Amino acid sequence: MSRTIHEDVPCPFCGCLCDDIQVTVEDNAIKEVRRSCSISKSKFLNYTQDRLDMPMVRKNGSFVQTSLDQALDRAADILAASRYPLMYGWSSTCNEAQRVGIELAELLGGAIDNTTTVCHGPSLLAVQGLGSPQATLGDISTKADLVIYWGCNPMHSHPRHLSRYTVFSKGYFFKRREDRKMVVIDVRETPTARAADLFIKIQPNRDFELLSALRMAVRDEEMDVDSVAGVPIELVEELADIMVNASYGVLFYGLGLTMTAAKSANVDSAILLVRDLNARTKFSIIPMRGHYNVTGCNEVMTWQTGYPFAVDFSLGYPRYNPGETSVIDLLSRGEGDAMLVVAADPVSSFPLEAVKRIMKMPLITIDVRPTPTTYRSEVVIPSAITGIEAEGTAYRMDGVIFKMKKLVDPPPALRSDQQVLLDLKRKVEERIG
Amino acid sequence: MIKNGFVYDPANKIDGDQMDIFIEGSKVVDSLHEPEWILDAAGMVVMPGGVDIHAHIAGSKVNSGRAMRPEDHEGHAYPRTSFTRSGTGRSIPTTFITGYLFSQMGYTTVIEAASPPLKSRHTHEELDDTPMIDKAFLTLLGNNWIVARLLRDGSMEEGSAFTAWVLNAVKGYGIKIVNPGGLIAWGWGKNVSSIDDRVPLFDITPREILVGLMMINRILGMPHTIHVHTNNLGRPGNYQTTIETIKAFDPYGSSSPSIHITHCQFNSYAGDSWATIRSGAEEVAREVNSREWLTIDIGQLAFTATTTMTADGPFQYALYELTGAKWLNADVESETSAGIVPVIYRKKNLVNAVQWSIGLELALLVKDPWRVFMTTDHPNAAPLTYYPTVLAWLMSNEYREKTMSGKFNKRAKRRSLLPSIDREYTLQEAAVITRAATARALNLTSKGHLGVGADADVAVYDMNPRETNFSKEHGMVRKAFRRAKYVVKGGDIVVINGEVVKEVYGRTLWVNSLTPQRKELAEQIVASEFEKHYSIRPSNYVVQEDYLKKPMEIRAGEF
Repeated sequence: MSRTIHEDVPCPFCGCLCDDIQVTVEDNAIKEVRRSCSISKSKFLNYTQDRLDMPMVRKNGSFVQTSLDQALDRAADILAASRYPLMYGWSSTCNEAQRVGIELAELLGGAIDNTTTVCHGPSLLAVQGLGSPQATLGDISTKADLVIYWGCNPMHSHPRHLSRYTVFSKGYFFKRREDRKMVVIDVRETPTARAADLFIKIQPNRDFELLSALRMAVRDEEMDVDSVAGVPIELVEELADIMVNASYGVLFYGLGLTMTAAKSANVDSAILLVRDLNARTKFSIIPMRGHYNVTGCNEVMTWQTGYPFAVDFSLGYPRYNPGETSVIDLLSRGEGDAMLVVAADPVSSFPLEAVKRIMKMPLITIDVRPTPTTYRSEVVIPSAITGIEAEGTAYRMDGVIFKMKKLVDPPPALRSDQQVLLDLKRKVEERIG
Repeated sequence: MIKNGFVYDPANKIDGDQMDIFIEGSKVVDSLHEPEWILDAAGMVVMPGGVDIHAHIAGSKVNSGRAMRPEDHEGHAYPRTSFTRSGTGRSIPTTFITGYLFSQMGYTTVIEAASPPLKSRHTHEELDDTPMIDKAFLTLLGNNWIVARLLRDGSMEEGSAFTAWVLNAVKGYGIKIVNPGGLIAWGWGKNVSSIDDRVPLFDITPREILVGLMMINRILGMPHTIHVHTNNLGRPGNYQTTIETIKAFDPYGSSSPSIHITHCQFNSYAGDSWATIRSGAEEVAREVNSREWLTIDIGQLAFTATTTMTADGPFQYALYELTGAKWLNADVESETSAGIVPVIYRKKNLVNAVQWSIGLELALLVKDPWRVFMTTDHPNAAPLTYYPTVLAWLMSNEYREKTMSGKFNKRAKRRSLLPSIDREYTLQEAAVITRAATARALNLTSKGHLGVGADADVAVYDMNPRETNFSKEHGMVRKAFRRAKYVVKGGDIVVINGEVVKEVYGRTLWVNSLTPQRKELAEQIVASEFEKHYSIRPSNYVVQEDYLKKPMEIRAGEF
């Protein structure tokens, strides 16, 4: 019996990318996981469950298992014959795979988009307009005496965020919880809100007004109202005071800002608030990125094309116009005649209009488990799980980079996402000459 | 074989001789019986491939610049071809395009100017996606918390061991220092304003950081000196800080270089406000002229829209306050910061016109071309595509005068010596400041020259030195340098008539100074210090050599 204890394992689940996980492997199977949150533990321990074990293609409406080579042939046929293929997903795989995806989209004159398009797209739009004062998470742990969570619930979505990076972390200057102040702003009292020193309950869809009011308060401007967004004006001014008097503050935010009424205008306002605060003290703003490598996908797409998501290659060069070139908008307008989905489930998560269009086109999915997207596919190619069965590079929510580890061998028929895509690209190149 | 060209190989004292260059495999050789190919360079200039000592082309801050400037990419799209990738970008081109643009200009080696150790894996990923050139990067260490503590406590042995460990961990080429001490202060929104200010938290001064790292650099036997972006960048009056920084090294000077001051233009301002700004280039040049151990690069401005991006967080914040432009800041825990602000440099603007004058003045007033290098601190002072324009300015007084006419701010002409300087760089000197001298300063012994054994990195420019009046035909000079007639990279013909004809990928050079003894000592320091200051495990901080696509290790002390 062979037994290896892997230390310093980066976790392939969320944007925290905790890299202190300890994984015990016995005879090529994960037996024990330490230091992780429960979601991470579940991902590591249950990695063999419900797996797709063989490639499949549709024959007369039913799935038939086939060899990887034949599945790739069918996929390559579909892509080579398409006029405007869409490539989507990417955030739960490694940079090396994403690079191949971009090359494929460029080769075929298609469009490539990632989960940013349904998540922090508005954040990136805001950064494009304004820039943004940021920092890495270690800076927060070391220096931040004020931590604000707005429109996000890390206790559920990023379980170790508080203990690794913010108010429960043992930082260089602030070792105890009581050395720091935590403020939560949300529409309901979440578990994260219950851990806060100050919880501000805001009316839904009124974040823009509250952010604007805070900006005014930070600039010592008078406001002639009793409340803003359901928050009494005294509380608004109290929060502004807390922010201005912090020695180092940070604002973390999630979909509560990006996907409610004012969307990117919320993030604009949040960035401007933090920017204004930098005239008085030190403040940073960091988006709570969800998938463990959505940040990496933004980075790769940016350095290769100039744009972080929603890139169209139909003219042979990168074009970017969210609302036009973003995948849901393309689908809703009836565009696209083939789709490649990697490590995502758009049939579950996209709006109905978009899903209806997906149903009309041949769909190729590369994933590890059955999903509604795989069930709708023409070709399903299972792959090895990055960070467990295959190596690859991933970027944390603050841009710090990790090499994900291979802890066990994948099932024999399975290759890494990168390898599958390289083979697919080669077959497409053979077909289009 | 490159036949019959006028060869400018200053390192080997060849100054326009008409001769052949023979290439076998990837190296320059003495002669060949049967060349596989012949490039006819008759009537043209042949130089070693360009060696750019300082450009911001890859890594976290560069990519944040791309991300926040989609408008800079619009209208600057490059379609894919059957052997080149597509891309975009004017002042911050995407990686494939960056490689192609350098290659078109005959550059074959480029040093990425500043990589934060914690994010160096990102720098490598981007360099691996940058074709056509050999590359390396300088590692930011001048505000590293652990280094600062070791310097303060006076332990040179420990400081050297830990520095070697970091350089080895990130696969960097040399030590970069930006606003020493100032970025530690910036972690709390502050800065330093003189080299003797005490830096918060560490009770150390910028002077102590500079001298300490210079000594560590020597102890480690690094091929390049410390590469320094001095304190007070961009502030009127800062030429004095630059001179103080230089003088801080007087006790340690030797006949070989001790310090390199980068984009010196940004650090050569006299006057005491934007309204009274004058050039301090004369004063700085005087100090450079009298010290053999000092090299600088100019960081020359062009009148265009571009993007400023440096590790100098407080400077970038000040620029945002001054211009109201969008501003990105990116602090890196326990190491450094970064700031990005778009700018437009205008002829009619007094400050910009003075800035422009200063860079050229520095190059024209420093007598020894082997110690003043041509850069634009791409993209800070100008995008890389302006390199030919800068050469044309240096080689043509007429072109400088033309630029100083029309909309050029008239008051600016009285704020610098430039209007009274009529020196013109010769073609040989142009070869020195863009390849021979930079390769020597980096101790890249097989680059920047065309002697036997050199890497076969060659640029052929379509200009006839016997028939060209470089001073008058500055337009032709720009055009010739912008699109090389031929470029050979590592023995492959990669550019013909200014177009990339073959895509190749170069190597990433890095310097290993981690002896077993240093490793042992460093690991003890890491075990006791690292976790206090970082949110990542030390084993994950280390970039393995096989992570890089085409690494090339150079042993410190052996080059």
